[in-house]
Amino acid sequence: MKKLILFALGMMFFLIACGGGSKEDEFDHLKYGYGPIKKVDLGPIDQALADKGKQTFEIKCTACHKIDQRYVAPKLGGVTKRRSPEFIMNMILNPAEMIQKHPETKKLLAEYNVPMTFQNVTKDDARAILEYFRTCEDK
Amino acid sequence: MKNFRIKKFWLAAMSIIAIIVIFGACSKSGRNKGMVESDAAEKVYVAPGTYDEFYAFMSGGFSGQISVYGLPSGRLFKVIPVYSQNPENGYGYTEETKPMLMTSHGFIPWDDAHHPDLSQTNGVPDGRWIFINGNNTPRIARINLKTFETNEIIEIPNTGGNHASAFVTPNTEYVVSATRFSVPYPQSDVSIADYKKYFKGAISYIKVDQVSGKMSLAFQILMPGFDYDLAHSGKGPSFGWSFFTCYNSEQASTLLEVNASKNDKDFIAAVNWKKAEEAVAAGKFKIMNCNYFHNTYNDETHSATTEKLTSVKVLDPKEVPGLIYYLPTPKSPHGVDVDPTGEYIACGGKLAAMIPVHSFTKMKKAIEEKKFDGEIDGIPILKYDAVIAGEVKDCGLGPLHTEFDGKGYAYTSAFITSEVVKWKVGTWQVVDRIPSYYSIGHLMVPGGDCAKPFGKYLVALNKITKDRYLPTGPEMCQSAQLIDISGDKMKLLLDFPTIGEPHYAQAIPAEILVKNNQRIFPIEQNKHPYAAKGEKEAKVVREGSNVHIYMTMTRSHFMPDNIEGVKVGDNVYIHTTNLEQDWDVPHGFAILGAEYSELLVMPGQTRTLVWRPKEVGVYPFYCTDFCSALHQEMSGYIRVSNTNIPISYNSSK
Repeated sequence: MKKLILFALGMMFFLIACGGGSKEDEFDHLKYGYGPIKKVDLGPIDQALADKGKQTFEIKCTACHKIDQRYVAPKLGGVTKRRSPEFIMNMILNPAEMIQKHPETKKLLAEYNVPMTFQNVTKDDARAILEYFRTCEDK
Repeated sequence: MKNFRIKKFWLAAMSIIAIIVIFGACSKSGRNKGMVESDAAEKVYVAPGTYDEFYAFMSGGFSGQISVYGLPSGRLFKVIPVYSQNPENGYGYTEETKPMLMTSHGFIPWDDAHHPDLSQTNGVPDGRWIFINGNNTPRIARINLKTFETNEIIEIPNTGGNHASAFVTPNTEYVVSATRFSVPYPQSDVSIADYKKYFKGAISYIKVDQVSGKMSLAFQILMPGFDYDLAHSGKGPSFGWSFFTCYNSEQASTLLEVNASKNDKDFIAAVNWKKAEEAVAAGKFKIMNCNYFHNTYNDETHSATTEKLTSVKVLDPKEVPGLIYYLPTPKSPHGVDVDPTGEYIACGGKLAAMIPVHSFTKMKKAIEEKKFDGEIDGIPILKYDAVIAGEVKDCGLGPLHTEFDGKGYAYTSAFITSEVVKWKVGTWQVVDRIPSYYSIGHLMVPGGDCAKPFGKYLVALNKITKDRYLPTGPEMCQSAQLIDISGDKMKLLLDFPTIGEPHYAQAIPAEILVKNNQRIFPIEQNKHPYAAKGEKEAKVVREGSNVHIYMTMTRSHFMPDNIEGVKVGDNVYIHTTNLEQDWDVPHGFAILGAEYSELLVMPGQTRTLVWRPKEVGVYPFYCTDFCSALHQEMSGYIRVSNTNIPISYNSSK
């Protein structure tokens, strides 16, 4: 009987592990993160968009993040060198899942102790903030 | 053999009876707890993490608030501050919310709130707003059901107690009000003995803007000086009419218990508000001077403003024939409830032993055929026999209020005999009854006063609690009881305690409200003049002896959090803006020696506390609402000096 149960459990694990071998699993979460953003096409820097992003950043993000220094949360000057554009936008739009699933974000939470929260921004807002970060690459 | 069987049967039966008797006699309290069936627990159990089926809104009575419960669990979710200050979140204490409680009598931080009524569209609750009356300092409040916050309070002038309120018309065209106590109209210094000469009753119609919800006093009707008690609106065929009960047609001013109970019948006033609208449009009103306040809260400035109003349009029934008719109704009528079809008007009589039910069709016919029994101040009295559809006999003593289930049944609370009585609309036969513990006042069926009741449950709102719960000294909580009305027989399911003294209540399917629920206030839309939208805007500004601190809050720090340059005697306005944009992350603010409540600031909101330091020193402040792992670190200091030290704070140093 015990053997039978073990077998059944084994089969279940097998099924779960093999279930849904879809494209989703081939997606490089380590690079792009978890969230609604799968691909971002970057062009030359759009200064107007970056200015808009800066405005939103100052209202909604600066209580924790600064561009030029570590504050409550990591310094964001140069973040575009460290992370992919998709990762950055997913972190802004979907922080709860990112913190749960991404190994890098988990490490950051352990270091800073304050979980990043969603600040009620749209995809467009997040894109604008990304553009602003691109202008801060060397800060 | 046969004989033996019978003997055995009787032996068994006697044993069972004996066991019941012994157990009954030995039960610790010996009190009747009410029959509860074995599946009751299952019916009220809402598993952890799952939701209730209905929101119930209970009036707080003398607490002045509305409490929000889940049905069937009876779990308390929220107390919405309406007429009373609430130190738990600063309502009525903060600079932003103090104007909500302004009246022509000054700042009144308390009221007696009796009858909540959900806004309706086509006679059905639509989940936009809920209104509730303030009885003592006559007012009507509107609560926004996206935010569950009080957004507006309007005072009702020329009114001695706003009891017959805040009932809506089927499309929320109006919220009605009528005075429980007649008073000199306009108020003046007259002898109480001259009651009959000077005292009048006012019925008021408050127009509701369909987009903003904003209320305005459209007109008042000058009524004979009786006591107006409760109201409900007509619907379907009776759309365009409202029904108000009145007692004290004796016009007594002393010992009403005896002197207002002499007449065999008082009245229901049937008011044709469509005709009133026409009369107002035709200019058949008088303008009367009066003083009343109108307070409006704005979700973008996060602040309330007060306007003072000084006149009202008044209609006199003598000058508008056909505006009002009196329906004779026995024994100090109380509740007046219109059935879902709009045809029947049931009336509770505080001293009655039957429920008179009037027919709207018969009323119209009696008006056409002029079946009058005299008139009072130009208001024709219809003949009782010409309007009555039926009398519900054996309905218990002191029937007060009736609600409907939409399946052709009505449920009436009987106060004196402490029971709920179920009867069939049309046959007027009582089909079931269940005791209440104890002394039921109002009762409520979800949607039970609308055109399409949701049914399923009934909540008995009892006046006496006594031994229902563990004792808590002389003062006990009030007791509500949930009754299953889905079958032929009513079944008691659950007792649960309530705050204040609930009078009427309303309930609405949860999904109607959940989909519109607002989780945060968008920070970009914050138009508070002292908001700091982002840490960049955090600052401290001195203006004479007023110091304005523009302070931000986020997990888990304030900015600024070190402030110097405040002097003894300054008025320190601490304007806190919560920068969070995440659901359920309020921050709190308290500072040593603050003279009133804390601040509780919702995401994206700004709230202001005025602090007047009396002695030099360094005063700590902190976040009162646990917000993160580093919540204990969310704190700061304000230095208070006697000498002129320039203002400085964190980054400005």
